[in-house]
Order: sequence, then C-alpha cells, then structure tokens
Amino acid sequence: MDWDALFLSLELGGLTVLVLIPLATALGRWLAARSFRGKPMVEAALALPLVLPPTVLGFYLLVAFGSESWLGQIYQRLFGASLIFSFQGLLLASVIVNIPFAVQPIQRAFEAIAPDLRDAAATCGLSWWRMVRRIELPLAWPGILTGMVLTFAHTLGEFGVVLMVGGSIPGKTKTIAISIYDRVQAFDDVAAGRMAALLLLISIMAIALSYALSQRIGRRHA
Amino acid sequence: MRDTAMRTGLTVTLRQDAPIALDVEFAVAQGEIMALVGPSGSGKSTTLRAIAGLHVPSGGRVACQGSVWFDRDGGISVPPRERRAGMVFQSYALFPHLTAIENVAEALGDIRPEQRQAQARALLERMHLDGLEDRRPAQLSGGQQQRVAVARALARRPDVLLLDEPFSAVDRVTRRRLRRELIELRRELSMPVILVTHDLDDVVRLADRMCVLNGGKILQTGTVDEVMARPATPLIAELLDLAGEEAAEP
Repeated sequence: MDWDALFLSLELGGLTVLVLIPLATALGRWLAARSFRGKPMVEAALALPLVLPPTVLGFYLLVAFGSESWLGQIYQRLFGASLIFSFQGLLLASVIVNIPFAVQPIQRAFEAIAPDLRDAAATCGLSWWRMVRRIELPLAWPGILTGMVLTFAHTLGEFGVVLMVGGSIPGKTKTIAISIYDRVQAFDDVAAGRMAALLLLISIMAIALSYALSQRIGRRHA
Repeated sequence: MRDTAMRTGLTVTLRQDAPIALDVEFAVAQGEIMALVGPSGSGKSTTLRAIAGLHVPSGGRVACQGSVWFDRDGGISVPPRERRAGMVFQSYALFPHLTAIENVAEALGDIRPEQRQAQARALLERMHLDGLEDRRPAQLSGGQQQRVAVARALARRPDVLLLDEPFSAVDRVTRRRLRRELIELRRELSMPVILVTHDLDDVVRLADRMCVLNGGKILQTGTVDEVMARPATPLIAELLDLAGEEAAEP
C-alpha cells in the first residue's frame, strides 16, 4: 500500500473541494438566476471536462501552466517555482477538471428553488445576502453536497490530467490512481488490488453518504 | 419620497403593453378591502406584483401612505424589500426548511432575537396557530399554511396587505373557515388591503369595493353592492356571472 500516494490524493481531493465549492456555488447560483444570450456557450465551456479526453485536457493545461505561458510566468515570478509538476499546479488542474462535477448539481439545485420563494423573501424585507444565506443556501444544500462528493470522488480517481500536469513525483504529485497504474506495470497485482479496493470503498462510502444526507434533507423539505 | 397628493392609503396607476397589456388606475383607502376580480390572464396578479415591486411595469405610479414606491416618469422604483407590502402568495410560498415560527420571524426585520421570538409567537397566536410553532410547512394542513402566510405578511407591519387568491388552494370547508377568520382579522387591520380573487363569494363577504378587470383594463370600479347590482356593461355582467358560477361549483 502506497500510503504517501493515498494521503496525497486525500489532500488533493479535500483542497479541491475547499477551493472549488465556494466558486461553484457562486457560479451555479449565477447561472441558475440569469438568462443571457451566450448562456449555452458558457454552460458548454464549463461542461467541456466531461467530454474531453483527460489527456487532451491535460495537454492544454500543461501548455497553459508551462513556463512559456503568461500564467506560468506570473506564477514563476510570484513564487519562484514552476506551476507544472508541482502540487499547486496539480490542485489548479484538479479544480478546473472538476468544474462540471461541482457546478452542474449546484446549478440544478438553485434552479429547483421555486421563484415564489425568492419573491416571498423580497416581500418579507430580506436583504440579498440574508435571502441567500437563510433561504437559498439551505434549500440548495443537497446539490452543494452532491457537488462536494462528486468532486472529491472524481479527484481521487483522476488519472490522465494528473499524470500530464503533475508527472509522477513521489510525495509531491504521485496520487493513488497513478500508484495503482505503477503497481500494475510492475506486475504487483496484490498492492494494486488493495489500493483499488480502498479507492472503491472510499468512493462508495462518499456517494452513499451524499445520497443518505440528500434524502434526509429532501424529506425535511417535502 | 413623500407624496403630497395622497398621504394615506394606496394609489395605483399602471401602464404597459407587454408581456401583458395593463392599463389600470385605482385607489384604496386606509382599512378598506378592494377586490380585484376578473378571469385568468386579466392582469390581477400582475397588478398585485407591480404594487409589491416584484414586477416593474413600463409606466405608471404607485404611492402608499404618502411614499412613492414607483414612478416611471420620476425615475423612482423602490425595490420590493424596501416597500412595506405584506403579501400572501397563491402558493403561500412558505420557506419549506423553516418552521412556522421561523417563517414569521424572518419577516420581522432586524430586532433582538428574544423580541423576534415573542413577536412571531404572538402573530401565530393571533392566527390561531398556537402549538404549531415548531412545525415545518409540510407538517401543516393547507389552512394552517395559509394562516402562517398571513402571519408572515403581517409581521412586516405592512403599509398595504396584498392577498393573491389566498383561498384557492384549500377545500370549501376550510375556505369558509379562513374567510370567517379574515373577516375577524380585518377589524384589527388599518392598512389598505387588496384581495385578488376569481370567486364572487370572497368578494361579497370580504370586500368593501371591487374592480372588475379584463384584458389588463379596469371595466368597472365601485362598491361591491353597486357593481353587483348594476354592472356597467353586458360584458361585466357576463364576467360576474362566470365568477359566480365558479364560486358556486362544489
């Protein structure tokens, strides 16, 4: 069992959730509330990671994070290090790759809130922020929870993008998914099997927990 | 902004061509209940929403208790959260994740938590909902939900009370009981009340005056007795007949 890779994956998953969910909540609410001309294009762009082969996405991110790119240069100037083959680069890539997994369930959850409730909140005199905090966020919570679990589970299993952007540096960018691949390449099926089973278990538990909590919240609101 | 034309009550002038045509003008005095009657799509609910600020018409003016809430020509459009309009929605629009007392407390504004609880409890008691404070809307009957919605609308200490088909989602027995309660309640209310309904029974039992709307236009305004006894045109008589038939349906 490659514990370093497991802990790195858990750290990456946790931080991706922490960084992405607030952004995805703001973006999901905005998309749910607004109707504008280019909205289908924006939604298509955000959904791209769902359909693009991970290696293609990984390649573009590698180019975008590289020392030739403006992003890579700014990062180099600010932190004196390269964005590619670093944990920070991996985290940024992970956030981008997981955008649709987080935004879509959150957007649907905000869309499902009856317009009458927002109107009622306004006629009750609630400020915009209080309406979001007291009415919308609690009602959208099952969707936010689903976004968190999907993001976390997907990050644990991500392979192509992680390999392209992070390489496979032990303790730094080598995640459990890459470690499983390495073990298989080395004909160490026992270690690969153990890690795969653990990943399977964590994923099932995370999704089951999300379903159970969503159902509980759903029953409370029904 | 203070309105010098009418210091009390509500004055409404609304004009627009789209999404539905609207050309209405009426006033409601303090403590008076004005019923807006008309078939579906006649502009009743849009009028109510425009008074609450939930819909912004392309023209007109709304002033309440001397404050101008909307004036197209003057470039004034006070947002709904700043208008003191208590509204009971057709669907009640109760916050499903909050208990009855929390629903009412939300509309009480920025006051101390203990005061907030006490006032919300008093409002629920006033609506005969004592003992049901901690239930969520899904755990309440249709009639109880309607009473929570009225309590929440009153919690704002509104300058105008807007009731959008408040009895349409309950059975006839509950409807009669709620109507009786509203008749009792109106004795305590001093603000103008607008009741949107397509049921003439509601109008006869609750309203002082009525406005008959069709296609976004007011066809006749007057006391309930006046309009019912002497419809100004055959179309108004026909619309009132239709509303009467709907009211008589079991």
